[in-house]
Amino acid sequence: MSRERLVRETTLLKGKVILFSFLVAAVFLLIVLRLWHLQVIRNDDYRSMSENNRLRFVPVAASRGNILDKNGIVMVRNRPSFSLAVVQQEVKDEEELFRRLAAMIGLDPVEMAARWEKGKKQARYYPIILASNITRDQVEIVEENLIRLPGIEIEMKPVREYPQGALAPHLLGYISEISDNELNSDGFRDYNLGDYIGKSGIEKSYEKELHGRDGGKRLEVDAHGRVLRTISDSYPETGNSVQLTIDSEIQQKSEKAFGEQAGAAVAMDVNSGEILAFVSSPGFDPSLFSAKMPPDIWKGYLEDKRRPLENKALAGQYPPGSTFKIITALAGLEAGLIDKHTEVNCTGAYKFGNSTFRCWKKKGHQTTNLKKSLRESCDVYYYQLGEKLGVDRIAAMARKFMLGNATGIDLLNEKKGLVPDSEWKKKRFGVRWYSGETLPVAIGQGYLLATPLQLVSIISTVANDGLIYKPHLVKKVIDIEGKSVKEFKPEIIGKLEISRENFRLVKEALFSVVNESGGTGANARLYEIKVAGKTGTSQVVKMRDSNRQTQYRFRDHALFVAFAPYDKPEIAVSVVVEHGEHGGSVAALVARNILRAYFDSKKPKMKTSPKPVDNETFDEVGQPDDLPAAPESAREQVINKETGND
Amino acid sequence: MIDRRLFTNIDWTLMILVLLLGCIGIANIYSATAPYRIIGAPYYLKQFYWLAFGFLLVILVSAIDYHLLEDISYWLYGILILLLVTVLVAGYSSMGATRWLHLGFIKMQPSELMKIVIIVTYGRFFSRFEVSGGMTVVNLLFPLAILAVPAILVMKQPDLGTATLIILIAVSMIFYVGLKWSTILIFTMVTIPAIWYGWSNLLHPYQKNRVLDFLNPERSKLGSGYHVIQSKIAVGSGGWFGKGYIKGTQSQLRFLPEQHTDFAFSVFAEEWGFIGCLMLVIIYFSLVLWGLNIARRCNDRFGSLLAVGVSSMLFWHIIINTGMVIGLFPVVGVPLPLFSYGGTSMITTMLGIGILQSISMRKFMF
Repeated sequence: MSRERLVRETTLLKGKVILFSFLVAAVFLLIVLRLWHLQVIRNDDYRSMSENNRLRFVPVAASRGNILDKNGIVMVRNRPSFSLAVVQQEVKDEEELFRRLAAMIGLDPVEMAARWEKGKKQARYYPIILASNITRDQVEIVEENLIRLPGIEIEMKPVREYPQGALAPHLLGYISEISDNELNSDGFRDYNLGDYIGKSGIEKSYEKELHGRDGGKRLEVDAHGRVLRTISDSYPETGNSVQLTIDSEIQQKSEKAFGEQAGAAVAMDVNSGEILAFVSSPGFDPSLFSAKMPPDIWKGYLEDKRRPLENKALAGQYPPGSTFKIITALAGLEAGLIDKHTEVNCTGAYKFGNSTFRCWKKKGHQTTNLKKSLRESCDVYYYQLGEKLGVDRIAAMARKFMLGNATGIDLLNEKKGLVPDSEWKKKRFGVRWYSGETLPVAIGQGYLLATPLQLVSIISTVANDGLIYKPHLVKKVIDIEGKSVKEFKPEIIGKLEISRENFRLVKEALFSVVNESGGTGANARLYEIKVAGKTGTSQVVKMRDSNRQTQYRFRDHALFVAFAPYDKPEIAVSVVVEHGEHGGSVAALVARNILRAYFDSKKPKMKTSPKPVDNETFDEVGQPDDLPAAPESAREQVINKETGND
Repeated sequence: MIDRRLFTNIDWTLMILVLLLGCIGIANIYSATAPYRIIGAPYYLKQFYWLAFGFLLVILVSAIDYHLLEDISYWLYGILILLLVTVLVAGYSSMGATRWLHLGFIKMQPSELMKIVIIVTYGRFFSRFEVSGGMTVVNLLFPLAILAVPAILVMKQPDLGTATLIILIAVSMIFYVGLKWSTILIFTMVTIPAIWYGWSNLLHPYQKNRVLDFLNPERSKLGSGYHVIQSKIAVGSGGWFGKGYIKGTQSQLRFLPEQHTDFAFSVFAEEWGFIGCLMLVIIYFSLVLWGLNIARRCNDRFGSLLAVGVSSMLFWHIIINTGMVIGLFPVVGVPLPLFSYGGTSMITTMLGIGILQSISMRKFMF
């Protein structure tokens, strides 16, 4: 090794070593500052993130409370439903996962991807529901293949079951997944994405009682999602059950009374305001709302001109027609403009100014007093009375009966109806009230609107001489042990200052409507019970046009209000049959069936068939037409059996 | 050849720093691999063997006069280039990259050795290359060519981390020799378009993703950005004093990727906190500073260049690895010297340390 080769000039370089040392120091300082930033300044953030990492929350949905009828018969309960959930932090390739699931159990990858995107916003340890309401077969396939489906979990959730079928769907309401808007609103602070909540009816208005409190397990998991230990465990609290005032037997018979017809009926206990039956026809199947609604059924619901999704008893507003004559008559009596002897000569029409107002009976009723005017529903009598009263006095009486106000029933979205008067018209249209407009109002047409619920409240108030009970649907709320948590007592919300004598006069007339010859409500007659009532026809179109009459949507609505027994009223009923033409025929018949159902239910029960519902289903299945797939021999057997029974 | 003075001049500071880091490293690997189900010898034990083997290498290398390297440097360079070409042609693939070469019973990674060889080659070249006032562009052409061949070969494997390190070591040495300002200016004007070209043509999608994820880790929470986020969570949740030895939830529940190798530092940071990290960083800083000090004390131009080369190699490994762990740099597979588990890294590091020791021991010769 030659020494001169080794020793070369290094002085130039040595100065640079110092510079390099400073540069190195600066960079190391940068690392230290960054560590300081992460470990000291942002420690809290990262500590909670590391907690989120290792903690997993497994929600255990609370079982929703049941809904019972007044006799404790279950109307809505729960059954287990399985849903497919995934924990996002364990999924490396979600598209591959969705492809596998699609191949295995035929789920829609697009829908899963949509739910995934939506669920990504929540905490990473919280499972995202990819599909609800999967079948037991699907559950089995998934559980066998869990090893190939990282992050997938099966969640068991209770869902609604309706042991009595689609009974009273508008009243009970349905539940379905909470929407984004609801989730962000104040009322649903404690709820999570994927929770089921009541969307209408009792399910909605008693959501807080029924829902219960969800529980869950806080688990420590490793990076592969394996559970290491349970850190905390809170058990779900089952929601309270709600006992209705509804009698499911009466309800069922009332619904049946409508057949295929659209309309609504409410039956109420006159002495408590308890609703006994609450019908909106046609109904729908509430169980379809908790699962994935088949699009064709949904389309069918929307396109049905009978509007099955609408709660007509609560939100259907109809001109009360002749049933309103009860109010006009009371207004006249109270004002002293008529008494029971006051007579009017009905010629079939009434001239007012330049126009002619017709009575429904073209030939006229001739000499008509108060009783006859109600019994035979003479329009001319009320045209004259209305003219004398003026709209404001009629309106004042209507308002006394709470028309134009919500009855305050324990359901949401109740409609108020409409009571027009001169002030209202000025506000609404900016013009004064013309006295010619009073005449239709006197017979329940014009701008007047009332819901079937309001109508039942009116007739009930008449029945008990002016006491207004608040209609209510829930008797009590009971906890899981069957203890009553909350009870709803009858609540009087008004007492009308109308003389008993005037009530007696009207009620007597209403009795004659059903029971005397010439009465328009003979269809509602029961043999052993005295029924009193009033028919009504509410015009859908102003002018009676025979061409239009034939078309369903232009036909008049049929109305009937009734109470019974006449001497000691117990039950009040209102019925609206949409496009049912004259109230006397159709609506009175429905009312009669409802009343019959009520009085039958009071009789001691004969123990013949404990499950009438099941028998009926059997009958339907047993019809040969419903068995096209069955072999010939089997069909013959069915037919033979039937003929044999004859 | 063995001089008595060599023993009296053994650089104990260097040895103690290396031993300290090696031991902390083993303890940390013990914790990092605690949640693993291990078949065969546990990692910390294997790392201990590697450390022992490393010290053997240090003794061997330091016993040899480093000037021998000067004589064989171009030979070494030629052999390494051949090996790198062989890797590309007949290498052993793992995880999408061809980095390994089977040499009978042993697997080796020529790209790792290239780090040392580029130091030696540059040392040899610049030790006879005297310029006053810094190098011009023309002066740079040959050294850049020497650099370009292995850098491109390594990048082709593809091994972005190692290629970057080879380039960074070379550039550090070039700056140590010195550049004219004009050279720097021209160089910048050439480099920027070159980087743009490299980005659009040479980088593999996974490499681009890593850079993009680094720039915006939220870009893919479960892809490669996941590593950065989990590592930052581990480091950040450590706080002042850490969660305690073998008590880090991020590491013990295995949320960290590669936690005994590339992300070993985040395990340490989680369990020992800011105070622990500060101590460790100070030790690493001392090591680099001591390497530079050896360069400063060395009166031999070749030795001084070698010492700066090795120091820069250590420095860049430390900075890129810790920077990656704390989210300052992209995720590139660069191990933390003496700390990350792995024999290859240990060999490269210890060869470097051996060279430093060799230089330090022989300062009396000049």
